[in-house]
Amino acid sequence: MDRKLNRPDSAGIAIAAGLAALAGVIWWDATTLSSGSPYGLGPDAAPKVVAIGLAILALANLVSAWRGQMPHRERGDLKAIGWILGGMVALIAIIAFGGGFIPATAILFAATARAFGRRALLADLGIGLVLGVVAYLLFAKLLTLSLPTGPLEQLI
Amino acid sequence: MDTLGALLQGLSVAIAPMNLLFALIGVLLGTAVGVLPGIGPALTVALLLPVTYKLDPAGSLIMFAGIYYGGMYGGSTTAILINTPGESASMATALEGNKMAKAGRGGPALATSAIGSFVAGTIATLGLTFLAPSLVEIAVQFGPEDYFALMCVAFVTVSATFGDSPVRGLTSLFIGLALGLVGIDKLTGQSRLAFGTPELLDGVEITTLAVGLFAIGEALFVASRRHLEEEKLEPIRGSLWMTLDDWRRSWKPWLRGTALGFPIGALPAGGAEIPTFLSYAVERRLTKHPEEFGKGAIEGVAGPEAANNASAAGTLVPLLTLGLPTSATAAMMLAGFQQYGLNPGPLLFADHPQLVWGLIASLYLANAMLLVLNLPLVGLWVRLLAIPQPWLYAGILVFATMGTIAAKPSVVELGMLTVFGLMGYLMRRFDYPVAPVVVGLILGPVAEAQLRRALSISLGDPMVLLESPISATLLAVAAIALIAPFVMKNLGRFKANED
Repeated sequence: MDRKLNRPDSAGIAIAAGLAALAGVIWWDATTLSSGSPYGLGPDAAPKVVAIGLAILALANLVSAWRGQMPHRERGDLKAIGWILGGMVALIAIIAFGGGFIPATAILFAATARAFGRRALLADLGIGLVLGVVAYLLFAKLLTLSLPTGPLEQLI
Repeated sequence: MDTLGALLQGLSVAIAPMNLLFALIGVLLGTAVGVLPGIGPALTVALLLPVTYKLDPAGSLIMFAGIYYGGMYGGSTTAILINTPGESASMATALEGNKMAKAGRGGPALATSAIGSFVAGTIATLGLTFLAPSLVEIAVQFGPEDYFALMCVAFVTVSATFGDSPVRGLTSLFIGLALGLVGIDKLTGQSRLAFGTPELLDGVEITTLAVGLFAIGEALFVASRRHLEEEKLEPIRGSLWMTLDDWRRSWKPWLRGTALGFPIGALPAGGAEIPTFLSYAVERRLTKHPEEFGKGAIEGVAGPEAANNASAAGTLVPLLTLGLPTSATAAMMLAGFQQYGLNPGPLLFADHPQLVWGLIASLYLANAMLLVLNLPLVGLWVRLLAIPQPWLYAGILVFATMGTIAAKPSVVELGMLTVFGLMGYLMRRFDYPVAPVVVGLILGPVAEAQLRRALSISLGDPMVLLESPISATLLAVAAIALIAPFVMKNLGRFKANED
């Protein structure tokens, strides 16, 4: 299942680069802070320590990626990942444009089920809709949590 | 006996009908999520945090503890019947347990793990009861520099023991620490790493991170690899009752597993994986039936199962007395305390004795409930495995997004959830451990605050860290734990060899 590459590993190098970039951003952000207290540590001390740590770890990750020592798994099914992420994006869009909790939930439910190999998209949309209504009644009405509302939620 | 009096008082809290109900809900939920592959107790507590925000603190904490204990029981069922451990603590159980099920001895395997879990859970809870008060007495004397040193120990051990490479563990930890920096600095009021986004000013929500990493990340990972692995459910065959011989072969592994699990769980070394694999190795060496190992030896189920339950109770010792989480579930329970404005530690025992002792007393009750729920009703739990995987994960994602938006009604929060989910997927794919990120986010700000407090008391003199004997010792321990894995490469390979 896991295999080790014995050549430089591009994904590992990308991870190392990402860590180095993160370290840079944190360091840059820390330099914009003015140190507040006359004694002890200012607010910029901890970010600088974290940035240095990340920079060292970026180097360590780079070394192991260069030697091909990173455990590496098969890429897997990118289409499935696309369905789930698409479902999340659709959920965010629906809620952002005031479509409400229930329709957003139904779409996410159907998209996730599709990612796990279900083909009956319409049936899953229906199940998701019912689940959304039940969850809305239980959590928004009974437990008085605030969930985003749209036209459908106004009716209930 | 002071402790006994406190425990009795706690018992009176625990047997209040509402709290009994919460304990029951907790153990039911815990067993269910333990049985279901893909959701563990840490994720369940994370999902429930926003929903329980308005409930009574004692009740919901009792429920969370029930989930933790229940998850340890339920995980073994899946490990034995379908070789897919419900959570990582059951990996060792799957080795022999699944072989027993295939050989038609699934019944006794389930029985020895349930009874072993009960024995170990009860002994370890007794350990917690009597160890906690004395640890609290020591912890009261801790100054800020000592707390800072303690956090350093936790950082090192949590990231070096989770996963099998210290570099990858530390990378995860530092990502968590970086996330912990986001938001307004409490001492000077300046915003750090918020980039002008108002949602980031209060910092990264622990639940958003945990739900993203555990729920969305896991769903993405499982969905992408669905075609690679096949699961096969072994029907329960054989009597659920253990023969006299089974009992004779089980009781010593139970006790040895407890003896390994409780102290290792209580040390800030974290995780139930190490004691379970150690217990497996010990039983394999001590058994009188070495020929059965690898083919379904009951000792190989009894020991690790006892060890994982004992370590769950052990984890509660540093959590309650020092506020130090050493496992992912403990980290989520700490977040649970924090959402009610409670800070575990010596002060909690002084200020809220009812709550702490009620929680501890309820653990005994939860254990007894779990024995009843698991032994005769195991057939019922197995039916949960019949839920089609697409609907199971779709339901998890719906609940995950709902909890996030209910906790913080903002689309930005959902965007962060998605980003953390993608991060969780990538970390799983490239084998970076996930738990240190959560621990880093929770403990990073605490460690920073303690260090700054220590240094402002000492007027900026960093020698205060070495002048306090407690702090100096702990920092030395942290340094040794950090360097040791690099010196002794074999330590890191321990886990890789076992699976």
